[in-house]
Amino acid sequence: MELIQQLVNGISLGSIYALIALGYTMVYGIVKLINFAHGDVFMVGAFIGFYSITILHLGFFLSLIISMVVCAIFGVLIERIAYKPLRNATRIAALITAIGVSLFIEYGTIYVRGAQPEAYPSNLVPLKDMNILGVTISGQSILILLTSLVLMILLQFIVHKTKIGKAMRAVSHDMDAARLMGINVNNTISATFAIGSALAGAAGVIFGMYYTKIEPLMGIIPGLKAFVAAVLGGIGIIPGAMTGGLVLGVIESLVSAAGYSLWRDGVAFIVLILILIFRPAGLFGKNVREKV
Amino acid sequence: MNILKQAKFFWTSIVLAVIFAVVMQFLITGGTLNQFYVNTLFFMGINIILAVSLHLIIGITGQFSIGHAGFLAVGAYASAIMTMKLSLPFPVGLLVGGLAAAVAGLIIGIPTLRLRGDYLAIATLGFGEIVRIVFLNIDYVGGASGMTVSHLTTWPWLIGCVLLTIIVIVNFTNSTHGRACISIRENEIAADAMGINTTYYKVAAFVLGAFFAGIAGALYAHNFYIIQPTNFGFLKSFDILIYVVLGGLGSMSGAVIAAILLTIISTYLQSYPELRMVIYSLVLIVMMLYRPQGLLGTKEITSFFKVGKSAKGGIQHDSKNTVA
Repeated sequence: MELIQQLVNGISLGSIYALIALGYTMVYGIVKLINFAHGDVFMVGAFIGFYSITILHLGFFLSLIISMVVCAIFGVLIERIAYKPLRNATRIAALITAIGVSLFIEYGTIYVRGAQPEAYPSNLVPLKDMNILGVTISGQSILILLTSLVLMILLQFIVHKTKIGKAMRAVSHDMDAARLMGINVNNTISATFAIGSALAGAAGVIFGMYYTKIEPLMGIIPGLKAFVAAVLGGIGIIPGAMTGGLVLGVIESLVSAAGYSLWRDGVAFIVLILILIFRPAGLFGKNVREKV
Repeated sequence: MNILKQAKFFWTSIVLAVIFAVVMQFLITGGTLNQFYVNTLFFMGINIILAVSLHLIIGITGQFSIGHAGFLAVGAYASAIMTMKLSLPFPVGLLVGGLAAAVAGLIIGIPTLRLRGDYLAIATLGFGEIVRIVFLNIDYVGGASGMTVSHLTTWPWLIGCVLLTIIVIVNFTNSTHGRACISIRENEIAADAMGINTTYYKVAAFVLGAFFAGIAGALYAHNFYIIQPTNFGFLKSFDILIYVVLGGLGSMSGAVIAAILLTIISTYLQSYPELRMVIYSLVLIVMMLYRPQGLLGTKEITSFFKVGKSAKGGIQHDSKNTVA
């Protein structure tokens, strides 16, 4: 029974990772850039959620939506200011810029509001713990799971059924061909950043509710782990990011349950190195040979 | 003629460096420099070693590694164990620190250097984090509270290591091996097609870079009285990366100059750590947007004075070339 409870915890944690990983994977799929600042967009989302709950006295869902909208705008701003001028630059220049943006958001936040952590209000949504066949599942886990499920279904709908989703798939397949077909590539890339950042903002609010403590540097480790999740599932592949996030969450919970909670952060990176060595294209990816 | 000129230049710089070292030694022992300046000087030396060792990996070989703090940590802890736990003399600690980091570089390098670009960056970042977490969980070295180390880093050791690092890496760059590494940086597939054993050279550069990072780690540990796993987080890796990027990927003198400049800046901003990071990150972004090749590009400072043919980590005619 203990094991099942841990599995449930793992899945809730994993769905947070999955939400962040989706942003990584979409951006990577479209501009081939590891957006290091994504973990910090997640942090900003958590803070916006926090302020809309405590200062504006809004409910959970309204705060979630506000946080998503603000993060979407923030993501587009980052893309327009920092990444767009570098679209034809080398990959390493873009990667270094992403690291710079990430550090800027982290320390800019600390500079503006200080490094002290904030405590999320715990009784946001009246939740009851459920008891299914002797396993107690916290209401929070279920709420997290449901929210992320809804968001993922929404994402699948956007990507597969709408015009912008079609444009996104086309641009990620071949940017030049898409441009020739009359797709506005810049807008499509911005839309990708907006959607990814909105998901990260949602993940931030959920994370804050789950762990109750938020701070300006909280985005680093979940961000890196979500990236691991994206690589695990095959970077650039949306279902891969979801699966990768869930798998990583479950692995972490099992490691904690086995009594090695201090090693938890290490496990994610060991998983990363193993996957990069044995299956660099990820679980869902196809191995493509580089041609001259 | 050219070789003669080169040799002359080489020996002149060595003599100048030795004179500088002796003068500084007198200034330090004579008490002309106060403790604050001495500390800054020591920091500078350690940062130069780190910058130059990472320059070999990123600037010369073009392998984007962002886990350099991991090697620093391995060197620091290995040397601290030697001197503090086994009470061996400091030179042994220094050597063991370097060798331990080199072994770590070999272990991590062989599997991960098959990866390219972004994936390599992430794998090395993961490695750096794993090293930190491992030291956090080993009680023998104090876990999270860290390990106390006596102050053994002295000026002669420091400047000796800095000079050794620079000489070895300059000579490596100018050798057959260095040219092979540069060819890998310019185009790995083409290098492969020309019969260069790319894996061998990539691992060799990685191990050499790790070795010197380990030496820097040993100096770092014995300069600070205490080492903690938090000192070696990935922010430290980014610090080192910034030296290399700012100086110009492929320019060793650029890396050295950037290390000196940024050490001075960060010493003066020590009381405002957030502001320091904000400035760092802005410098990084603005640099990439407006001058992605860094301060010196792939040129060396010596090429501005037309003194002989010295360590040139790249193509001469086109300073716009960047790595990878």
